[in-house]
Amino acid sequence: MSTMSRPLLATSSRRVLTGALALLFLFPLVWAAVASVAPQPGTAQVDGWGLGNYARLAGYQAGLTQYLINSVLISGMTVIFTLVVSLLGGYAFALFNFPGKNLLFLATLAILMVPYATLLIPLYVLLNSIGLQNSLVGLALVLTMFQLPFATFMMRISFEAVPRELAESAYVDGCGTFTALLRILVPAVKPGLITVGLFAFLAAWNDFIAPLILITDSDKVPLPLAVANIRGQVMGVVDYGATEAGVVILALPCVVLFLILQRHYVRGFMSGALKG
Amino acid sequence: MATPVERPTAVRSAARTTTGPGPAAQRRRAPRLRLARRNQGWLYAAPTALFVTVFFLIPVLLVAQMSLSDWGLFAGNRGFNAPDNYTDAVGQRLFWPAVWFTVKYTIITTIILIGVALGLALMVQEVALWNSFLRTAFLVPSALGLASASLLFYALYAPEGGPFARLLSGLGIGDGTVSFLGSPNAALWSTVAVIVWRFAGFYMLLLLVGLQGISSDVYEAARVDGANRWQIFVNVTLPLLKPSLALCTILCITGSLLAFDQFYILTRGGPDNSTITIVLLVYNIAFGGRNDLGVAAALSLIVLLALIVINVVQFTALRGRED
Repeated sequence: MSTMSRPLLATSSRRVLTGALALLFLFPLVWAAVASVAPQPGTAQVDGWGLGNYARLAGYQAGLTQYLINSVLISGMTVIFTLVVSLLGGYAFALFNFPGKNLLFLATLAILMVPYATLLIPLYVLLNSIGLQNSLVGLALVLTMFQLPFATFMMRISFEAVPRELAESAYVDGCGTFTALLRILVPAVKPGLITVGLFAFLAAWNDFIAPLILITDSDKVPLPLAVANIRGQVMGVVDYGATEAGVVILALPCVVLFLILQRHYVRGFMSGALKG
Repeated sequence: MATPVERPTAVRSAARTTTGPGPAAQRRRAPRLRLARRNQGWLYAAPTALFVTVFFLIPVLLVAQMSLSDWGLFAGNRGFNAPDNYTDAVGQRLFWPAVWFTVKYTIITTIILIGVALGLALMVQEVALWNSFLRTAFLVPSALGLASASLLFYALYAPEGGPFARLLSGLGIGDGTVSFLGSPNAALWSTVAVIVWRFAGFYMLLLLVGLQGISSDVYEAARVDGANRWQIFVNVTLPLLKPSLALCTILCITGSLLAFDQFYILTRGGPDNSTITIVLLVYNIAFGGRNDLGVAAALSLIVLLALIVINVVQFTALRGRED
């Protein structure tokens, strides 16, 4: 028995310590959720528990719904553009040989090397000159470009992991390369597509500096910017309640998606940890 | 980077597994197939090429042109003026303070973040149900955006009635109002705390990949030789983990040198411009009052150049040590 109880004791004290550490990491999120509905002086929820902070957020300038729609549109377009471009690109890089292939792949990866701000300044001018200034589509196109290094790399290795015989036999059976892609290969690279889509969504939903620079119309800003703006604009006093409610709405889809797709999230990092 | 298919073998082996036309017919069709597929490769790569050209290569050329021109935010291009933008950028009153602060912030963040991440990784590396719960708990913050995390901590740091302020006054520190962002030092450390919370799980995950690559035989051999836990950590784990640690260091240094969101949201560069990072300075010059895109372009190209130099130095240093 004595040989049993010592490891048992060590295990339980280890559990207490590590559990406390885990709680420390979870505390800010739990606190934000609780504080957003808790009574607090100087917020829209002064007496008793309730959704006053969310109501204030809903009525702020263009309204929470508008900012949510903006965020959903930006994220949705970014995910679709990223999936389409990287699916086709990954297919080309993995299974085809064409002149300039390695150069194009390197150029795509080189996007990672250039700081965000360095690209956003000329992109602001460029989007203005092609009539995409202040537009959600323009912002989604830019966010897609920032996703391409990771997405293209991910889709290339996903296609390369599929046994070649699968594609070759489809071609030999008379499938066009596009039919083979849709019917045979897309199901085979689905995990890669989920990882790419998840990362594109998280990046677009959370991005701050790109809309800060590219969107000047306050009705068109996505949620993170709107929440950051609301802080100082309620009679010059910081409204912490509205900030907490905003953070909860911002964090909720990310945390839920993360918990559902955790496996794919981890996979994304394992595959070379390309995203800085 | 596998180059496409040694096609004859692939076709032959495919032919064996399919019920399509006989092998002879396929061998006849193969060359035409290959020619068609060369062109189709470009077709599939075209969207990528378009994106890379329009939204990356052209902007890189444009930023270079802007850095050599008198280019106002609203006035647009007013002609060549090199090298005025570069001398102006370096001559900014806040240029050297921003460089110094960014470097200081990067060093502090990198040391603390990698230390914490390594501790967490060692703590949860064994496969067990409890450990997978811990891993998830440490990873959840990394699903949040940096801006959301900064906004969350902005509320946590509320000087009156915020949970941290109440905790400290409960412990008898401060008189109920604690300013987490009010003094230069407090603002720096408060921001570092946000980053550690947000990124520790991410770097833990990278280090776990490295730890899993170390064979248990090596540990077993060290244990047989009578090494204690500390000796094993220093002489076995750390050297074998070096590639993963190097990757983390490079990512962390690069990310911290380009810090923006956290300072824009938490401090706006204050108090007294003490927490202005180099990217925040670029933003301020371009859009935050001065509205001079030319000088901002010049400064951001200096940042790009510095980043390339730093990364080349890091890579050679790390490779040199590996040999």
